[in-house]
Amino acid sequence: MHVVIVGNGVAGFTAALRLRELDPACRITMISGESTYPYSRPALMYVFMGHMRYQETKPFEDRVWAEQRIELVRAWVTRIDTEGKRLELHEGQPLSYDKLLLATGSQPSLYGWPGQDLPGVQGLYSLMDLHALYQNVQGAKHAVIVGGGLIGIELAEMLHSQGVHVTFLVREDAYWSNVLPAEESAMVTRLIREAGIDLRLSSELAEIHAGPDGRAAAVTTKAGERIECQLVGLTAGVSPNTQLCQGTPIEAGRGILVDAHLQTKVPDVYAAGDCAEIVTEGEGKNLLQQVWYTGKLQGECVAKTLAGQATRYDAGLWYNSAKFLDLEYQTYGLVHAQPQAVETHGWWEHASGRLGLRVVAMDGAVTGFNAMGLRLRHRTCERWILERRSPGYVLEHLAEAGFDPEFTRRYEPEVVATLAAQLGVEATV
Amino acid sequence: MSRPLPIAYAFDEEAAGFGAPQGTPGAPSAGAPLAWVALVAVALGVLSFAAQLAGAPHAGTWLGLLSGLPLAFAASAVYFWLGLQGTTPGIKHDGIFFGSMTARGTLAWFAGLGLTAFYVVLYWLPGAGAIANMQAGEGAPAQAKLWLLRWTSALFERAIGSLDPLALALSGKDADRWFLYGTLYTLAVLAFGVRMLMKYRHVRYQIVRTLSVMFFQLGFGFLIPQVLKAFRYPEYYFTYFWPLKYDYLFPSSVTGLWNTPGGVGVFMVVWGLVATFVATPVLTYFFGKRWYCSWVCGCGGLAETLGDPYRQLSSKSTRAWKVERWLIHSVLVFIVVTTAAVWLTRGTHSPLAAGLQKWYGFLIGAAFSGVIGVGFYPLMGSRVWCRFGCPMAAVLGVFQRCFSRFRITTNGGQCMSCGNCSTYCEMGIDVRAYAEKGENVVRASCVGCGVCAAVCPRGVLKLENGPTHADRFAGAENPVQTFLASLTQGPKVP
Ligand SMILES: Cc1cc2nc3c(=O)[nH]c(=O)nc-3n(C[C@H](O)[C@H](O)[C@H](O)COP(=O)(O)OP(=O)(O)OC[C@H]3O[C@@H](n4cnc5c(N)ncnc54)[C@H](O)[C@@H]3O)c2cc1C
Ligand code: SF4
Ligand code: SF4
Repeated sequence: MHVVIVGNGVAGFTAALRLRELDPACRITMISGESTYPYSRPALMYVFMGHMRYQETKPFEDRVWAEQRIELVRAWVTRIDTEGKRLELHEGQPLSYDKLLLATGSQPSLYGWPGQDLPGVQGLYSLMDLHALYQNVQGAKHAVIVGGGLIGIELAEMLHSQGVHVTFLVREDAYWSNVLPAEESAMVTRLIREAGIDLRLSSELAEIHAGPDGRAAAVTTKAGERIECQLVGLTAGVSPNTQLCQGTPIEAGRGILVDAHLQTKVPDVYAAGDCAEIVTEGEGKNLLQQVWYTGKLQGECVAKTLAGQATRYDAGLWYNSAKFLDLEYQTYGLVHAQPQAVETHGWWEHASGRLGLRVVAMDGAVTGFNAMGLRLRHRTCERWILERRSPGYVLEHLAEAGFDPEFTRRYEPEVVATLAAQLGVEATV
Repeated sequence: MSRPLPIAYAFDEEAAGFGAPQGTPGAPSAGAPLAWVALVAVALGVLSFAAQLAGAPHAGTWLGLLSGLPLAFAASAVYFWLGLQGTTPGIKHDGIFFGSMTARGTLAWFAGLGLTAFYVVLYWLPGAGAIANMQAGEGAPAQAKLWLLRWTSALFERAIGSLDPLALALSGKDADRWFLYGTLYTLAVLAFGVRMLMKYRHVRYQIVRTLSVMFFQLGFGFLIPQVLKAFRYPEYYFTYFWPLKYDYLFPSSVTGLWNTPGGVGVFMVVWGLVATFVATPVLTYFFGKRWYCSWVCGCGGLAETLGDPYRQLSSKSTRAWKVERWLIHSVLVFIVVTTAAVWLTRGTHSPLAAGLQKWYGFLIGAAFSGVIGVGFYPLMGSRVWCRFGCPMAAVLGVFQRCFSRFRITTNGGQCMSCGNCSTYCEMGIDVRAYAEKGENVVRASCVGCGVCAAVCPRGVLKLENGPTHADRFAGAENPVQTFLASLTQGPKVP
């Protein structure tokens, strides 16, 4: 059996390695046009900032792939022939497959802004984008970044570290307000501004203007404000790469449509990771998960199916983490940006404005945590939520979930007292 | 609808890589306005010291002494403090891989050469008297060699002499080369310790640990041995034990100490035995080898302070890991055999034992721990000796790997394989390989510096003294099996 994987991101390489473990005999080929070896996409920023070289971002030594008999092909797949079970590459011989896994990831979303294709305008997703950034940053003194999510703040930090003045346009009236509750959002906003990044809320991009040399030279906002700049970063989310589905029976919506086994409607064709849109029968919205760990989970899951052990994808309890400049953020379970009527939220913030903890409860059980500048133990928070532990129990045992380094100042008594009052429970430490 | 594929992209990230961004305004300066004053003071200290090497009259006075090296180091400490003051507390690794000094550039090679040369002079330059009596042989090369020796010796003796007031005050004796070395070493640990304190001011583990190495170096690695000399007691280092300080358990030292009048010598012998045979296993069982390697030890102290800018240079390859296990255990066997031979043949004039002793001293005691161990900081990272050579680290490592509660736990599924932890592990441990699988890091070589946990941007790593040592025996029935398995263990691919 020849399994071909398109894409060497976390979904692709996890599937390849797991499949090799489950099936020592099959032939595995992994194709990518972006890089010869897998690397860690979230580490892109550290390469530009000089924390690591590109080599350090590769999770595995190069020899691993030969040892695991995973053939790596550096090429772009340009067409899938699902009838003949063949892939056409942008150069070189076509490749036949018995089973195909599409793990093509995503790309920066564009919303048809006038001027979005000008030179000097770019997103940040891939090595292509990183390479472009090295070109575009030359001579840049002022940059405008559009879209206040996780990638936007990373790009802002990257440019800021090189002394480029950054104006950061966020459409909403608070930073990342579709995910972060008001207090967290305010904390991040304050830190971004303290760092000297010009964060502008309720500012929406209207148009990007070209200068005499044809490169981006200014933007105007919907409010009519004009900002001169030499570089424009578009970081308003990502969209799945579905190009390969065109002209094939493989269906695509926002992403490549798959069932709970991560299988498309076309036999022997699967999709996993950022590019996969999982159709959830009768449960309303389809599942489009675009983070590292879900790529990994989906890769693991689809490997089992590819190896003949049909496995349903179980997304498990949601969690995530990020870092806003110097501020670490971790989240576990469900924390709505807008507290729901059925929920109670407790929020503690340290006087420094650099530490915060949110505990969310519903029907007498804790359902979510947000930690700002604090580290929480994933498995403990997860267990408490799955076991439907009461807020009182969780607060009394809060220290068990602490994951900060030894000697870190602890604030449990203060945190517990504050949260207990807001959650309306009794708790003593 | 997705945009078309970037088929035209043909950049070779492997060969060309991504260096420093060009044509940007450059990293904003975060230094306090007065930082430059500190730099001027560093320059003054260096100038004053250089003048004394050239024979200036203030050499050998307190004024000369204080205006020289101590001023340069103290001002460096102030500079580090002020230079980092304008930054917000947090990991500041911008540009590490662009810097000539921190990324094996020209500056690093110069620094490496300079440090190496210093150690060669320190260990092997004959004494001033011996050099004065030397006769130049025939021919220009021999004469040039003698000239160079004399010239180096003159500078070296003046450098030593410049510290006389301090040596006299502490021990009542003139400075010698080891006093010069001890002073430089201690000043470096203190000045670069201040840099660590400022750099990691947001991580209390790092603050406490750095204060600890500064304290032990200043007190036990420098002041106490000198003061002991003033009281005519043996110059004894209470924080160095066999097998790192291998001669402490040689018959000559043991009998020498034992026969020192007063109970002090006996106390020192007992202290050394207890440290090696009781404290080492017991403390390592509860806290891991870090209690020594990154909290107490002087070699570790230098690595964690002066060496911090170079920690990213350690090799993370599986090959380096293999070399490490061969080398470090060989050195341990070497010193055990040497010690045994010296004891078994004591009283006789065994050429074998003398030879072993001499070669161990030359190859391991001087060349490996000094010349390579510190000289190569800027090229191979700060823990070359600790990782590949130190027999004490080998012993501590065996205990840590097979019989200890210490481990680094990883935070469920939060790792996104960025590689910061592995990159900044001075011991070359591929921490990420464990973190991305959610496995505990249990490695003989981990010195528990805690930097991997500090640099992780996702809060994935935590150093812990667990409740039991049970995790050591996964798949093995006893510590011996665990140890044997650990010798051939490789990185696990998922
Ligand atoms: C800057 C940045 C920071 C991020 N930080 C985080 C973070 O901190 N935490 C987190 O959880 N997530 C983070 N993410 C998201 C995370 O990186 C992605 O969710 C994850 O990489 C998706 O993995 P994947 O395997 O699905 O796809 P990808 O990693 O996108 O890999 C797909 C690969 O397939 C290649 N490809 C696509 N089409 C073709 C074709 N036709 N032919 C050949 N090759 C093709 C692509 O070029 C790409 O190399 C970040 C993303 C970015 C861009
Ligand atoms: S443990 Fe942290 S630093 Fe290490 S690879 Fe994972 S996320 Fe990066
Ligand atoms: S694994 Fe972490 S704590 Fe251990 S030596 Fe490496 S960086 Fe230090």
